[in-house]
Amino acid sequence: MNTLFDKIWDSHTVRTLDGGSCVLYIDRQYIHEVTSPQAFAGLRKRGIGVFRPAQVTASPDHNIPTKNQHLPIAEPQSAQQVATLEKNCAENGINIFPIGSERNGIIHVIGPQTGLTQPGMTIVCGDSHTSTHGALGCIAFGIGTSEVEMALASQCILQSKPKSMRINVEGELKSGVCSKDIILYIISKLGTGGGTGYFVEFAGSAIRSLSMEARMTICNMSIEMGARGGMIAPDQITFDYLRGREFAPHGEEWEKAVESWGKLRSDDDAVFDKEITFDAADIEPMITYGTNPGMGIAVNGKIPSSEGMDAASKASYAKALGYMNFSEGDKMIGKPVDYVFVGSCTNGRIEDLRAFANFVKGHKKAENITAWIVPGSKEVERMAIEEGLRDILQEAGFELRQPGCSACLAMNEDKIPAGKYCVATSNRNFEGRQGPQARTLLAGPLVAAAAAVTGVITDPRTMM
Amino acid sequence: MRQKFTTLRSTVVPLPIENIDTDQIIPARFLKATTRDGFGENLFRDWRYNEDGSPKEEFVMNSPLYKGEILVAGKNFGCGSSREHAAWAIEGAGFRAVVSSFFADIFRNNALNNGLLPVVVSEKMLADIFEAAKKNADMQLNIDLPAQTIEIAGTDIKESFDIAPYKKQCLMNGYDDIDFLVSIRSEIESFENK
Repeated sequence: MNTLFDKIWDSHTVRTLDGGSCVLYIDRQYIHEVTSPQAFAGLRKRGIGVFRPAQVTASPDHNIPTKNQHLPIAEPQSAQQVATLEKNCAENGINIFPIGSERNGIIHVIGPQTGLTQPGMTIVCGDSHTSTHGALGCIAFGIGTSEVEMALASQCILQSKPKSMRINVEGELKSGVCSKDIILYIISKLGTGGGTGYFVEFAGSAIRSLSMEARMTICNMSIEMGARGGMIAPDQITFDYLRGREFAPHGEEWEKAVESWGKLRSDDDAVFDKEITFDAADIEPMITYGTNPGMGIAVNGKIPSSEGMDAASKASYAKALGYMNFSEGDKMIGKPVDYVFVGSCTNGRIEDLRAFANFVKGHKKAENITAWIVPGSKEVERMAIEEGLRDILQEAGFELRQPGCSACLAMNEDKIPAGKYCVATSNRNFEGRQGPQARTLLAGPLVAAAAAVTGVITDPRTMM
Repeated sequence: MRQKFTTLRSTVVPLPIENIDTDQIIPARFLKATTRDGFGENLFRDWRYNEDGSPKEEFVMNSPLYKGEILVAGKNFGCGSSREHAAWAIEGAGFRAVVSSFFADIFRNNALNNGLLPVVVSEKMLADIFEAAKKNADMQLNIDLPAQTIEIAGTDIKESFDIAPYKKQCLMNGYDDIDFLVSIRSEIESFENK
């Protein structure tokens, strides 16, 4: 009567301390340039080395420019962080996918893409969107830098076991609704703290019907409702996705792996601490109107009233709408947009670029829109070029940039100017997330495409 | 070995805003350092300073009235990014404890791993603390980690709070997890060979 989460967690628990803290063994650790330098410095100070360097993989992604990657990084601090990562990896025998190389990209895009991420694993990274990898049926979650140091030092971390939650999405999705809409819908119902303390398994017929990449979008944003992570039981779609990928098992090993992965599911009588079911037919294309990912509504909806909220929530709600310069009761459709950002570990994979390119084909980018189309990895960029997506984009007035985290968190030059509105396929609409005073509206690639060609917020279904 | 935490009596800096995310605590553009130092000056950067670097008078940290080692914030504090820089910034600005009715998981772990104590109180007590601090900026809180209690000094408003026993020991003794994990490397190795 165990959940999938229990099975993986328990089989990776080295020891449980009095009071419940677990020494959890980590199969795979991913690192990037922003949250790892202090961890390596800590190891040096303690005079210890990396315990299992072969289980660690690095890719610089947060700081890197999305143009002219063949040139040295212009911004000195970014250049220093990336150089520090390269040096730390070289000194400790850690495999790194350097900027510009064919395997480089956002760490959460390349983990699955290279087959490093596999069902049944425990995976950590100093980045909250590590939850993305859970789409392949593993326990993957973000950690802080002290824990990055722990994992480097011992291939283990110390955490208490979270509670379990299952979120079922049943039935058929309406046409024009994508996986980003599903997760924005769920977060809008549960709030940004609704999953705190829990690890979520996503299930139900609507989830099962999704492609591997669409599942990654869902698990990616489980942190945005506060959950430690999200996961989806592996199935034939998972195996078909992984087969033949570089670091996935091959030959006889593959057959053995699939046999054992096939057993990774919650038992029929498994009991979750919390279980919620949504009807897929209730989900519309979504967009956010506020300053946290829980503030989402159907794109053709109106900004909710604060009536009935307590005083503290009312004040926070007013602050958020004030920042966005929106009012309660406003319709979203028709609101002007200045920037469109397509990319990130949430929606920067090839299927996202296909969806966007197919939509804008035959249209032209609106004059008032500045658009940044940023592939999640070198491989996604290569595929986009080979499949002719770059040509379609160019024809419609869009430019395909080079891979990286880019305007999702604006650590590189890709910053949205103060006061401007950006429809973004990324994961966070916090104040200043895309640049000081920038205003972010989160959406899926279709809503982003509709805004990009009309210049205003538009229901993509009216153009399909 | 970090500073040991046992009891703390201090005035507070009240921040009655809900869902304060780690991008507000320390914006991404300040994450480019390769050391743990210096984040305190950019704590709440965009709420605390104007673009030209001058302080925003209306922000509580710029008020001459509110000083102290305890930050009190609205529910769901520390949501969003896993950046430990948020805990470093709060600690770097001189805080030793954060009080809220609800913390995001990763932030809570990061705080504990840096000797910064997150204290969860009821919604009622949080409202009482905000109210008391509004009336009297010299109001103090007493936090007693061994007893796991928090009270508004000089009143009967007092609650007990939860903390994992292992983490409590670490805080009280100034230990950290890495020393412990490295000490059991051979047990980890046996686990790998199972």
